[in-house]
Amino acid sequence: MAYLTEKFGPAGGFHPFAGAGEAVAAARVPAIKARSATPAVRRRRGAGFGTFIYGLPLLGLFFLTWEIAPRLGWLNRIFFPPLSEVLVAWWDLLASGVLVEHIGISLQRAAIGFALGVVVAIPLGLLMGRYSLFEKVSDLLVQTLRNTSQFALLPVFILLLGIGEESKVAITFYSSVFFLLVNTISGVKSVDPLLIKAARSMGTSDFDMFRKIILPASIPSIVAGARLGVKSSLFAVIGAEMLAAKSGLGFLIQNSQLMMETADMYAGILTLTVIGLVVNYLLVWFERWATAWKGQSEASMI
Amino acid sequence: MDRIVVSDIKKTFRLKPGQSITVDGETTDRVTVLDGIDLAIRKGEFITLVGPSGSGKSVLLDIIGGLTSATSGGVQLDGRRITRPDPKTGYVFQQYALFPWRTALSNIEYALEVRGVPKSERTATARHLLSLFGLAGFEDRFPNQLSGGMQQRVAIARALASNPEVLLMDEPFAALDQQTREILQGELLRIWGKIKTTVIFVTHSIDEAIFLADRVVVMTARPGTVKEIIDIDLPRPRDGDIRASAAFNNHRARVWEVLRDEVNKAQKDWTLSPAFSH
Repeated sequence: MAYLTEKFGPAGGFHPFAGAGEAVAAARVPAIKARSATPAVRRRRGAGFGTFIYGLPLLGLFFLTWEIAPRLGWLNRIFFPPLSEVLVAWWDLLASGVLVEHIGISLQRAAIGFALGVVVAIPLGLLMGRYSLFEKVSDLLVQTLRNTSQFALLPVFILLLGIGEESKVAITFYSSVFFLLVNTISGVKSVDPLLIKAARSMGTSDFDMFRKIILPASIPSIVAGARLGVKSSLFAVIGAEMLAAKSGLGFLIQNSQLMMETADMYAGILTLTVIGLVVNYLLVWFERWATAWKGQSEASMI
Repeated sequence: MDRIVVSDIKKTFRLKPGQSITVDGETTDRVTVLDGIDLAIRKGEFITLVGPSGSGKSVLLDIIGGLTSATSGGVQLDGRRITRPDPKTGYVFQQYALFPWRTALSNIEYALEVRGVPKSERTATARHLLSLFGLAGFEDRFPNQLSGGMQQRVAIARALASNPEVLLMDEPFAALDQQTREILQGELLRIWGKIKTTVIFVTHSIDEAIFLADRVVVMTARPGTVKEIIDIDLPRPRDGDIRASAAFNNHRARVWEVLRDEVNKAQKDWTLSPAFSH
């Protein structure tokens, strides 16, 4: 189970309030540590395929139940169409181009908001982590904002920015920025003081200290924050689209439910699951790439 | 000719709020670590600093390196007063202090990068230094793919990359096993013999201090002052066999005689140690 949660994200999939819950839960944790790619962890990941095989029967059983339960009348077919019907509906949505359009819009909103989060959080986090006065002044405001649910703020964003793209971008930005900020700060604070001393001894300027020492040393922590931030942005955009939008995957799911096109609704949900898995896999890969220097202790030769 | 002149350096630390110590019956939150150090170091000289724990050897090194300021007194390098890290000074730390996200080559290049040396030139210099330390072929290794001895070689190469006139070394071999340690001592002397830079080397090991030095500076227990400076007139180049010679043994006995009382004093100074362990 621990394996599943780690690999496939928190239980609850892309339900909008699962996203909010995760944000709050994570907010209580002062810093979200990067999972270090030590050899032990690598071995565990290497054994991942075996675990995957073990997990298949149960997943197969789940899909099988989904297929036969509505057919046997255990579940109401109108609310729970068999998996095969959902897949047919999914194929139709895909072939008509509608699905791709919705996916594109949702991903675009999440990506713009997340990118803004990166642009704001990293410089700010570097300053807050490095200069204690800066942190003392801004910490209370950050804590206050961080513990306010992004969904509670959606009406505010809509009032301020309108019902269009801006309010969606705002909520995805808000959902990711604090993960990035908190992890950047914690990354900066945990930079080994000896490395700073060594850099100073070589005459490193303040600017180079940020650029060449503090930033690279903080990368593992920042990337871990980015992983959470990306997921949170995705959750937020779906939620926002369900509440107030005329396009996007969240809208597709919500609207299909209203129209009682339940096969389309499940097709939308499955699409989100697949996107979630792919994004998570890409982020794990990116994290491993960005922190390659931490692992691979091979030699102990003189 | 004197390259470095240390005049009447005093350094007092203030303890954290709530902490205090008792010195000569008086309670205070100030600890004097260095209490008037005078030292003149000649150009190209190899100086080793020995002294009991807490005698302020590392603090003195930091002050000479411009990383910490003295409470009073000053250091001059070639007649210029040191207030911040000098481009002509290289620093080597006990825990290597290599940047773990940079390869061996790129760690050495860093020293040149921040001094604005063009890319092609700094790569060439870094490669040359790696091969000088017998590390050709390890250019692309990250620090945690290298042994302790290799990491410290890279760190020394990095400190030498900018062609420093002064090399400060703070117990650089203390974390290494005995064999690696002696190998690196030999390598350091071999390279120093070529470049003849001025070296100040802090160590706890009397053998190491004698083997390397032109002069051994023995410091007192806290508050640190210079107790005695001992000339080491062993011939150069030196190799490991010299440790077994009668002359070496005489020096060893002499240094230990000077140091012994101070070590005993430091042992009684346990009251202070918790306050220091920040």
